[in-house]
Amino acid sequence: MKPLFSQGPSAASRVMSLGAVALILILLSIYTNLLDPVRARLSTLTAPLYSLVNAPGEALSWTQDSLRSREQLQQENASYKAELLIHKRKLQQMASLAAENVRLRQLLNSAEMVKDRVLVAELVGISPDPLTHRVIVNKGRQHGVYLGQPLLDAHGLMGQVVEVSDNTSQVLLITDATHALPVQVNRNGVRAVAEGTGDLYQLQLRHLANTVDVREGDALVSSGLGQRFPVGYPVAEVVSVTHDPGKPFARVVARPQAQLNRSRHVLLVFSGARAETTVEDPAP
Amino acid sequence: MNMVKSHNRYMILVTFFVALVLAIYPIGSTNGWLRPEFVPMLVIYWVMVMPQQSSIFSLWCLGCAQDLLEGVALGQHAMALMIVAYVCLLSYQRMRNYTLWHQTFFVFVIVGLHQLVDNWVHSLQGNAADSLVFLLPAFTSALIWPLVWLVLERIRVSYRIG
Repeated sequence: MKPLFSQGPSAASRVMSLGAVALILILLSIYTNLLDPVRARLSTLTAPLYSLVNAPGEALSWTQDSLRSREQLQQENASYKAELLIHKRKLQQMASLAAENVRLRQLLNSAEMVKDRVLVAELVGISPDPLTHRVIVNKGRQHGVYLGQPLLDAHGLMGQVVEVSDNTSQVLLITDATHALPVQVNRNGVRAVAEGTGDLYQLQLRHLANTVDVREGDALVSSGLGQRFPVGYPVAEVVSVTHDPGKPFARVVARPQAQLNRSRHVLLVFSGARAETTVEDPAP
Repeated sequence: MNMVKSHNRYMILVTFFVALVLAIYPIGSTNGWLRPEFVPMLVIYWVMVMPQQSSIFSLWCLGCAQDLLEGVALGQHAMALMIVAYVCLLSYQRMRNYTLWHQTFFVFVIVGLHQLVDNWVHSLQGNAADSLVFLLPAFTSALIWPLVWLVLERIRVSYRIG
């Protein structure tokens, strides 16, 4: 029933004032980082909803795991063993190569490479917004995750942590339209900035002159120049280089190496000083 | 302020909770634009059936909760929901008299407004959609509106929400 004499402010004025508050919040959260601690606190509350949403998928993978025949498991086990053998052979060379690298670096008087420590995490959510490429992983402040921490999968660099709550954290993928990272061409060390395009399969190299030596098929690795990502992790592979005489720069398109929409198990890397100061061992 | 006794109001919260879950349910990156916007649709419905009892402030909080969940700028959905609620408060009497298929057009327009605000905030951050593709959710919302309406009507009647 509509009351005959309405009390309090009218709906229009309430809508106007709350809309204004919302506008102030929007501007604050876009142009400043005043709201970040509030967000981090509150997103600890909203995190359980993601595990609820994730439950059907978890149940499905659980049934797939546990309703498997003995032969299938044996086959899989055999193939893993073979794969492990191959990787171990590569590692044997790796030890001597790493030692050689250290010696050469000592000869050059340059800083020693620090071994990175990793933490295995699992994807628990994906941003529902098609315009932002963000994922949520199941490790948070309690596990030592920090803002700006790089995230990898088995094939390459995926992104960096942009929001940390107690048990989960949000990761901005390298293909997000607002993300850019410094890379170098593995073949000749040409440096560039790889920018996300909002397409999960595309990165673009910014401001690369037409005369720069970049070819199709070149591997791009992180250059570590931004001091955020560690050096030498694979980022992308160049798929096309277009020289347009009318344009000041070449258009170079690369495809990310990481499987951004497939990987479920990911690695959080503790690089540089963080890897040394923290003593605990990485999770299995 | 309310002259009628409230009855089973918690069910409204339950429906909004389900809408939030549907809003973040993973559906794959290729069909992200096809996801209907359930939260504004529910706001349209509940404002339409009980305009005097709906609280603007709780809708605002709902919008902020959705922002936190989706990891977008705080206030983005809150502001969009304010506009949705205001348009619905102005036009609920007309809307109640429309036929179901006529309502779907209305839903298209209102959810489209919601998407417009969304896209505007995204454009402040530099990642706006490069075409009218951001209106696709309004289209799918309009398509699914008759179903949403029937289900909510069923819930409202059987629980005697008032």
